[in-house]
Amino acid sequence: MLEQDREVGGTGVPSTRAAVTAERVLAGICLAVPVVALLSVPSYSRSTPELGGMPFFYWYQLLWVPLSALFTWSAYLLLSRDEKRRAAHRGGDAR
Amino acid sequence: MTPLAAKVNAPALTVFLLLLALVTVLGFLAARWRRAANTRHLDEWGLGGRSFGTWVTWFLLGGDAYTAYTFVAVPAAVFATGAAGFWSVPYAAMVYPLVFLLLPRLWSVARVHGYVTPADFVRGRYGSRALGLAVALTGILATMPYIALQLVGLEAVLNVMGLGGGPGASPLVKDLPLLLAFAVLAAYTYSSGLRAPALIAFVKDTLVYLVVLVAVVYLPMRLGGYHHIFDTAAAKYRAVSPATHQPVGSLVPGSSAQWAYATLALGSALALFMYPHTVTGVLAAKSRRTVRRNMALLPAYSLLLGLLALLGFMAVTDGVGKGVKGYNAQLAVPQLFADLFPGWFAGVAFAAIGIGALVPAAIMSIGAANLFTRNVYKEFVRPGATAEQETKVAKYVSLLVKFGALVFVLGTDQQLAINLQLLGGLWILQTVPTIGAGLFTRWFHRWALLGGWAVGMAYGSWQAYGIASPATKHFGGSTALIPLIGRTGYIGLTAFVLNLVTATALTVLLRALRAPQGADETRPADYRAEVGDGTGPSDHQPDAGSPAAADTGDHQPDAGSPAAADAGGPEPAPATAPTG
Repeated sequence: MLEQDREVGGTGVPSTRAAVTAERVLAGICLAVPVVALLSVPSYSRSTPELGGMPFFYWYQLLWVPLSALFTWSAYLLLSRDEKRRAAHRGGDAR
Repeated sequence: MTPLAAKVNAPALTVFLLLLALVTVLGFLAARWRRAANTRHLDEWGLGGRSFGTWVTWFLLGGDAYTAYTFVAVPAAVFATGAAGFWSVPYAAMVYPLVFLLLPRLWSVARVHGYVTPADFVRGRYGSRALGLAVALTGILATMPYIALQLVGLEAVLNVMGLGGGPGASPLVKDLPLLLAFAVLAAYTYSSGLRAPALIAFVKDTLVYLVVLVAVVYLPMRLGGYHHIFDTAAAKYRAVSPATHQPVGSLVPGSSAQWAYATLALGSALALFMYPHTVTGVLAAKSRRTVRRNMALLPAYSLLLGLLALLGFMAVTDGVGKGVKGYNAQLAVPQLFADLFPGWFAGVAFAAIGIGALVPAAIMSIGAANLFTRNVYKEFVRPGATAEQETKVAKYVSLLVKFGALVFVLGTDQQLAINLQLLGGLWILQTVPTIGAGLFTRWFHRWALLGGWAVGMAYGSWQAYGIASPATKHFGGSTALIPLIGRTGYIGLTAFVLNLVTATALTVLLRALRAPQGADETRPADYRAEVGDGTGPSDHQPDAGSPAAADTGDHQPDAGSPAAADAGGPEPAPATAPTG
């Protein structure tokens, strides 16, 4: 059965691709960076330098919204690539 | 400026009513939108046939998670306290990286097993009816006051427009507009299910984006620029409050406020996608890729929220509520719009908030109804219920839930709804160990998770009960001293840590005692299942849930989105990133 093959490959028994890959590690870092940056409140709780009249505290956090999206999108691309390679490996095993 | 509820703002009201009429029509038409062959399955009414592509999901989740109350309350918090109210911005920025790994797994396993609610998953994963019930009841309990708060948001704009009469008006006249809006909402949710808010969300979000973008450009021009705005705000927060003998706020959080700031952001970010209404929006997506993509696209709404928060400072500069003792900060932004926008555009802004209340209220009532139907009714009352009976019950419950929220808002103090909603966030956070950990591991014991949940709920509620504020004797806030650390932080997160520690300790103990683990009906591969890869719900009847059945052709409004391609082929299409 095709589905069984898939599962054996999926649970990683004799898969040719390791559980820890460069893509997965990088994706993990991409996801951790925005969270860590925003949780470090002391690193940005000050009022200078201002940007267009706005204190640092505000524009810095607003800037992190698109940055966070960029990091998340990178993680998405990295994991998509990882999954495609895994699928290719599995396809090779099954046939 | 002008005291509220002085007289009816005619241009604003006209535009407001026109836009509301438009979405009402849309709400009823939605029943025909992407209609599937099997309309009686709960997947159809309660999850829109699990057929929404990237853009529909984006609008739906955005319309769902960023509610009218958020749009009123976030700038209101900034207006009242300054920096301390800005924590919603880091919260909204970190939520997507945090849940990026969780939600696609939840989507996949729900897809394979036909789960409609988070509690369905918990029950299947741990083989525990009690744990499923705990998660379901927490969800329902947390959602009810949230729906009530949507009404509070709606009431705020109605008030500022001069509807609802003056202080001396009879209760009937006062509440009539709210009653009408709610009756209409209940009717189209009943008939169209999740498709109604999904379609209306397009209108809502277009209006919200328009209003916020215009506001952050136009209002500073009227108010003398951002420099002046922040200067006047700084002056306001320096003033010493006669009640606490402390400054009323600050522009930058001092070192004593930083723990509270970070823990509020983190705790709320963890909780957001455990709410029944957000899970409903996620499960309605048609593919795993749709969910993943949205994690990177939804921050557009977070940026919007951040810009909106700045309106709190503009309201200060405008002098909203100046000199009024005990001014209701919730009215600050609607009042700002009424003061500075031309009448017709104020109407657009009010409609954005008003429709912004209706969309989440509809999804929340559907989410709560799904929970009740699947995890209380079918589980404990009538195990043999057919799919058709499930849908019927869910539809009635959605009415009941909304009616309950309405009675709540009209019958009790508005402050109570706000208190309970704060408490709701804290409660929902206590389901994170069960759902979140369960998506990755079966290590935790089901009874241990139940124990951890109970401890977290009890500790959090008890702590919150003890907090007084000038407005209320209990539940006056969401921060308290964190034991051991000795800083002020979000109670919900403290309770969450306590919950996790308890669950871990009990798991070790129960495993040592060899307590029965309960059957797990899921397999590792289920958590990675994607549409069209052969792992679909083959045990389901002719499959109203699968997009292949629901999407009858490529003429669907969503066909333009890149994700529309992934319904067909067994292999995910190459990542063609949509711009923006």
